[in-house]
Amino acid sequence: MINLTLNGMEIKVEKRTTLLEAAKFYGIEIPALCYDEALSPYGACRLCLVEIGTGNHSRLVSSCTYPARDGLIVRTHTERVIKARKLLLELYLATCPSSRTIQDMASKHGVTTVRFKQKNEECILCGLCVRMCAEQMQGKAIGFVNRGIKRRITAPFAKKSEECRLCGGCMYICPACQARCQGPQEENPVCNACLNLSPPCLDYFQEAMCYMDPCVACELGTGRKAKFTY
Amino acid sequence: MNVLHMRLKTPDDLDKLRDDIRQKQEKDKSFLAVCGGTGCSSSGSEKVREVFQQYLNRHNLKKKTTLKFTGCLGLCERGPVVIIFPQGIFYQKVQESDVEEIIEKTFLKGEIIERLLYQDPVNGEKFIYADDIPFLKKQKRILLGNNWLMEPTSIEDYISLGGYQSVVKALTKMTPPEVIAEIKKARLRGRGGAGFPSGIKWQECYDAVSKQKYFICNADEGDPGAFMDRSLLEGNPHSVLEGLIIGGYATGASEGIIYVRSEYPTAVKNVKTAIAQAENLGLLGENILGTGFHFKISVSTGAGAFVSGETTALVAAVEGRLGEPRQKPPHLVERGLWGKPTVINNVETLANVPYIISYGAENFLRLGTEKSGGTKIFSLVGKVNNTGLVEVPLGMTLREIIFDIGGGIKNGKKFKAVQTGGPSGGCLPVSLLDSPTDFEKLNSAGSMMGSGGMIVMDEETCMVDIARYFLRFLEDESCGRCFSCREGISRMLEIVEDITRGKGSVEQLELLKELANVVKDSSLCGLGQTAANPVLATIRYFEDEYFAHILEKRCPAGVCRDLIRFSINEELCQGCDLCLKKCPGEAIRGEKRQPHTILGDKCTKCGICLETCKYNAVVKI
Repeated sequence: MINLTLNGMEIKVEKRTTLLEAAKFYGIEIPALCYDEALSPYGACRLCLVEIGTGNHSRLVSSCTYPARDGLIVRTHTERVIKARKLLLELYLATCPSSRTIQDMASKHGVTTVRFKQKNEECILCGLCVRMCAEQMQGKAIGFVNRGIKRRITAPFAKKSEECRLCGGCMYICPACQARCQGPQEENPVCNACLNLSPPCLDYFQEAMCYMDPCVACELGTGRKAKFTY
Repeated sequence: MNVLHMRLKTPDDLDKLRDDIRQKQEKDKSFLAVCGGTGCSSSGSEKVREVFQQYLNRHNLKKKTTLKFTGCLGLCERGPVVIIFPQGIFYQKVQESDVEEIIEKTFLKGEIIERLLYQDPVNGEKFIYADDIPFLKKQKRILLGNNWLMEPTSIEDYISLGGYQSVVKALTKMTPPEVIAEIKKARLRGRGGAGFPSGIKWQECYDAVSKQKYFICNADEGDPGAFMDRSLLEGNPHSVLEGLIIGGYATGASEGIIYVRSEYPTAVKNVKTAIAQAENLGLLGENILGTGFHFKISVSTGAGAFVSGETTALVAAVEGRLGEPRQKPPHLVERGLWGKPTVINNVETLANVPYIISYGAENFLRLGTEKSGGTKIFSLVGKVNNTGLVEVPLGMTLREIIFDIGGGIKNGKKFKAVQTGGPSGGCLPVSLLDSPTDFEKLNSAGSMMGSGGMIVMDEETCMVDIARYFLRFLEDESCGRCFSCREGISRMLEIVEDITRGKGSVEQLELLKELANVVKDSSLCGLGQTAANPVLATIRYFEDEYFAHILEKRCPAGVCRDLIRFSINEELCQGCDLCLKKCPGEAIRGEKRQPHTILGDKCTKCGICLETCKYNAVVKI
């Protein structure tokens, strides 16, 4: 067993557990777009960031790929993490606004504006479909080509692959395809229709103090409504 | 005696061979070194060498001298360079037509040809001997120094200069922990970018328990304008092999791999030749020099990618997969190439190893600073008089490198900034010229040592444009796996491009800073984590330029096309029609001998009219 500190709690996890799995086991929710329990972790969406270490030596790592290590100090909801996560969600919204998964996630994390130019991409290159095809369907019909801004997912030579059995696994797992969001209008890329969480604790403690969804304090209206001005 | 076909069985055999070669070379101490480095080759040194060879053949001078086509000498700006030994007479910009004169006058009679001498760009002083030239005199060339004394593909030359002595010393007189202790004591830090202490890396690999370990030499140099590793591999491949062998011995690896980008064909060829030569002599392979140590080296090539400089991506590339990094840990010493413990060192790091073993850690440490020993090769490029490779002790100030060695800024312009550390580094302004070049100081200034690229910029360089250039490079070179790097860089570029077009706003600048910090914080590998540096460093030191673009819609350096305008001063214009004829956009109108005008809507702002005008009538606003 490995001993580590998670949000101030001393916890024990089995060897080879990732930080995301550990957090999940202890009931702490960490958002992720490219993670699925049934597939190997990939670390591409960068939403599952957590802060490890303390003081000047702390850094952000993707919890889905980072293995639990003895003595590690992990914090999942620090100001630094939340700030990065919100900006990344804003970038996701600016890139692929038609995904309901992304819209919901944005609402949940209080992303209410998009300051970047609007694009309308269909794919966020999270690689779930590629891994689904290879690891669960033993298909390996699709993969990544090119690098950098030209990167995309396609079948070999951009032709229908003989390996593809049209099982639909790729579409089933895709966070952009599985549910199209009808919310946003053309002039406003943010939907926010289901915005319900605005924890007041962030203002006071620079760290979320509970992981309830929805936040009880906010539901009851006892807390000061937080302004998201990061 | 054909050296290539004998096998050395003991260290004494090597000593004997060295004595033999030296005795043979004693006779012809005079030789002609023609630089065959990348810079000189592109300015025609191969032709010069051919003409030399033909001339020597024709006049039966072959017995009197040898012609050596050497590795890079460093002063690429003045290529092709020829040095005449034993005197060390330095001739620059040698053309084919100069060959006869050089042999007849200088070589046979000892006369100096004035016009081929190196002339100081600042005070016009001429120098005869290579050792006196300030560019070379101020350097400390422990890695590049041998380049001009040997042919890269001649193991005889290398052995006669004391080559493979450090391998003998390490293998026969030192245990692996002693070698590692020596490297640690020398405070050798990785020269590839991150500056990780090599001794610690080696120790971790030595401690790892595994039957099979690998030692990789990273020669996938990808910074724009940098060619240090290339010149070492092309000019002195055996020194890298020697470092690899010692590294393998110290860490317990039995296989070394040199990963070179295919864009360096000469480097690949020379390294392969060097490996074959060393194998033939028994300096590589089974039971090296009878010490019982086995080590083989192979070359792996791949399409050059900046991201493959990242160690985990490099391992993926060597394994034949897509050059994509992964999260560490597990570190490479736990799970590296084919799942085995692996050490990756940069070419220059490895080339330092023979020196440390031969001359001792104290001597190496004496060259550098307190925290890191030795020298560093910089590729000095940009708006500087003497572009080329310079090797200086760590801790030398930027001013010394740029002004004393580099000979100052081209065309008497003013120095504005120097970019260190390649695309991931940062631009440092005049106020930091006196800061020493070591790992810590450069990092705290918001730049980095990187692999040693050094781009000098003058007053005509727009810093926003520089940020745009590097972001565009990184946008292409990012592997695209993680969202924050791929999308973050492209969005930063989007904002910077808006600013260069005069469409930026103060809010966008704030957003750019916020985004830059998030990209730095949240990316997976070193490429993404440093991708924001060009933006952050230019904003840190040149924020006023950003504001000039945003608020005044003005590019102070006159570079950003959308913000400049060309116009003709009617009083100075003679109506000579020259600009009118040259203008590709047909944007200039006017009768002959009457003042001309530029039509704003047709002007493509190419600047040809400005260059053509003899009366300085064209002005850039």
